[in-house]
Amino acid sequence: MAAGLATWLPFARAAAVGWLPLAQQPLPPAPGVKASRGDEVLVVNVSGRRFETWKNTLDRYPDTLLGSSEKEFFYDADSGEYFFDRDPDMFRHVLNFYRTGRLHCPRQECIQAFDEELAFYGLVPELVGDCCLEEYRDRKKENAERLAEDEEAEQTGDGPALPAGSSLRQRLWRAFENPHTSTAALVFYYVTGFFIAVSVIANVVETIPCRGSARRSSREQPCGERFPQAFFCMDTACVLIFTGEYLLRLFAAPSRCRFLRSVMSLIDVVAILPYYIGLLVPKNDDVSGAFVTLRVFRVFRIFKFSRHSQGLRILGYTLKSCASELGFLLFSLTMAIIIFATVMFYAEKGTNKTNFTSIPAAFWYTIVTMTTLGYGDMVPSTIAGKIFGSICSLSGVLVIALPVPVIVSNFSRIYHQNQRADKRRAQQKVRLARIRLAKSGTTNAFLQYKQNGGLEDSGSGEEQALCVRNHSAFEQQHHHLLHCLEKTTCHEFTDELTFSEALGAVSLGGRTSRSTSVSSQPTGPGSLLSSCCPRRAKRRAIRLANSTASVSRGSMQELDMLAGLHRSPAPQSRSSLNAKPHDSLDLNCDSRDFVAAIISIPTPPANTPDESQPSSRGGGGRASSTLRNSSLGTPCLFPETVKISSL
Amino acid sequence: MGAVMGTFSSLQTKQRRPSKDKIEDELEMTMVCHRPEGLEQLEAQTNFTKRELQVLYRGFKNECPSGVVNEDTFKQIYAQFFPHGALPCLEGSPCVEFLPSPPLPFCLVDASTYAHYLFNAFDTTQTGSVKFEDFVTALSILLRGTVHEKLRWTFNLYDINKDGYINKEEMMDIVKAIYDMMGKYTYPVLKEDTPRQHVDVFFQKMDKNKDGIVTLDEFLESCQEDDNIMRSLQLFQNVM
Repeated sequence: MAAGLATWLPFARAAAVGWLPLAQQPLPPAPGVKASRGDEVLVVNVSGRRFETWKNTLDRYPDTLLGSSEKEFFYDADSGEYFFDRDPDMFRHVLNFYRTGRLHCPRQECIQAFDEELAFYGLVPELVGDCCLEEYRDRKKENAERLAEDEEAEQTGDGPALPAGSSLRQRLWRAFENPHTSTAALVFYYVTGFFIAVSVIANVVETIPCRGSARRSSREQPCGERFPQAFFCMDTACVLIFTGEYLLRLFAAPSRCRFLRSVMSLIDVVAILPYYIGLLVPKNDDVSGAFVTLRVFRVFRIFKFSRHSQGLRILGYTLKSCASELGFLLFSLTMAIIIFATVMFYAEKGTNKTNFTSIPAAFWYTIVTMTTLGYGDMVPSTIAGKIFGSICSLSGVLVIALPVPVIVSNFSRIYHQNQRADKRRAQQKVRLARIRLAKSGTTNAFLQYKQNGGLEDSGSGEEQALCVRNHSAFEQQHHHLLHCLEKTTCHEFTDELTFSEALGAVSLGGRTSRSTSVSSQPTGPGSLLSSCCPRRAKRRAIRLANSTASVSRGSMQELDMLAGLHRSPAPQSRSSLNAKPHDSLDLNCDSRDFVAAIISIPTPPANTPDESQPSSRGGGGRASSTLRNSSLGTPCLFPETVKISSL
Repeated sequence: MGAVMGTFSSLQTKQRRPSKDKIEDELEMTMVCHRPEGLEQLEAQTNFTKRELQVLYRGFKNECPSGVVNEDTFKQIYAQFFPHGALPCLEGSPCVEFLPSPPLPFCLVDASTYAHYLFNAFDTTQTGSVKFEDFVTALSILLRGTVHEKLRWTFNLYDINKDGYINKEEMMDIVKAIYDMMGKYTYPVLKEDTPRQHVDVFFQKMDKNKDGIVTLDEFLESCQEDDNIMRSLQLFQNVM
């Protein structure tokens, strides 16, 4: 309920006394009234900044966090205040909403951060007041567009995003859309570009008058008629290539209907149809006139260049988005033309041998004058005609100049957006590389830790203490966790270089089905199947002979979940970066060897588990199921088993 | 062509100027503030405690920073309580959240008439604006007053021209205004002569000497005889 209504409700109810004498039926009893304690002041502490307000103010909006009992979760009994660990600057706006009933949008804050605060406090973004609504929507739209562009760029990017099992169709389509992915695609791209140019040049040259070798001074023939065979062959070749390209694209398109309706395919069709129609139509005089006109359409081949040129595409897009301005320009021009043509016609009507024979004839004069061309083929001779002619040319300048800045600014905006998108895509690669470097840094830390012998169970106490002192408790426990994982799966963490080398050396086992759930990157540390745990292999072979498929699958799910954490929409925290090393690992185990039936931890971590395993906070929830091995009835390798829910 | 456009633009500026003046005038008006009398005085004059007065004033001041309510604002506020009696939402009024259903086109509904009568009843000094004192005084009567005071206030409400008598036309207006607040969609369907019937019933009950006019004494007497009315008067004790 809005602030205003809460205040005025008692008055409205009191005014109902006025209906009493008129009431023909007894009025309903009043609702029960809670003991109103009178208004009290609440203290809301947001990251140290204290806000105080009446309880009534917050109660105005009972379906938000502060207005409902949800705020009791944040009540600190010791200090008697409600503590929120959020941005105090943003909270100011939230509290003002309760006070004034209008939600204002801060101009200097990131719109995403503002949205998150709103979501936290239970406010719907629609509550943003009218004064700030436009700007809020614009900024949000801009942000969304930019993010969508990024996502799109990632998807259609030239990363190795194709799954291994993609069909010919998908590969072909990708080659068409991103020519720089493979050399064949690039070659195809340039070849088609070359042939478009050849075709256009041929069309142009066809009409140039050639000086014939035999001095036939009677008539100069255009080249097209002197060498009909040559030009026909060239035309045929081009059309064949274009047809082939079109059919290939049609075949490869993921959605054929959409492809058929797209602008580029229409241009392709228009470019090649005249040739086929020309072939089918017999060469008689009646139809050859129409046939000649059809050849005009061959010039549309030049539009095929828009696939090759981004600037052209931007221009086309700009014109489309400025359709309303262009329409206005056209409309106002038409109006002006008609007015001035009429005026000129009647002004020049009196003179003999005038060019202004009719109003439509005067249209030509008006257009030529308004666009300041002034061919001079039609000139007014009366004084009135000259006066109106000059007014016409002056206003022509104005009318044309008006919509042009709008179109130009649109073009500039779209062009810059595109530039930004390209720049961002280029920077994205650098960003990703840097992130990968940072991530490999953590794996390296772990590898370093291992090398220092920090995980040696049997290491001497002092040595261990020395190594360990340099790392925080968090790091220790994290490394311990990674180590446990290694022991469990009998695979080891390694760095990219070693991995890719090993990958080249060994062929992958046929366990792709299991690897799909982990990550899309080509994994499968085949080389890591190397006998890292030969002794254990034997022992486990016995166990695994009895292991049920469900248990193994369960463990797969466990580890998959751990690995899958990195993909959840967790905030960009260290945990998500740290999660990466997990999924570089692939459970590409042969069933003979290394399936984990238990995830066991020799010594339970001393500190609170949630602090040490931040990677568990990412979406997906905790890996809460326990792994049982007791049903297998085989001797356990490790003395203790701990529920993995501690993670 | 340019001359034509020039004349157009000059015409437009002439039209725009008066409205700009009006906006400036309105701005000036809202600058005028009214401060109520002291808290002690109000406490003495009304039946509210200091705390209650504080709460009331805080709400009032929040809604009307200038300290007075004019009739349009009053109508707008009152209309928000009646979904089918909603006026078209003006800028800034948060009525959208409150209305459970989309408001009907305003040709079908009208809460403004009754709000107008209410406003006149509140505005005892007939100044055209309701100050906080008026507001609180009326509330005090309605919520904490004696039966006698409440009935007198109601009589005052019904007496549109404030001549001390209620005649059938005034009652018709009031009843029609109340039925208008119900809107078009009622069950059972509102018939044309329902208000008239209602008024006839009322006059039959209230008009003792059948002279077509209800005086204050007749009104008080008849109401006090009616048990329903007496009981209902107790309903609004705990509104604050």
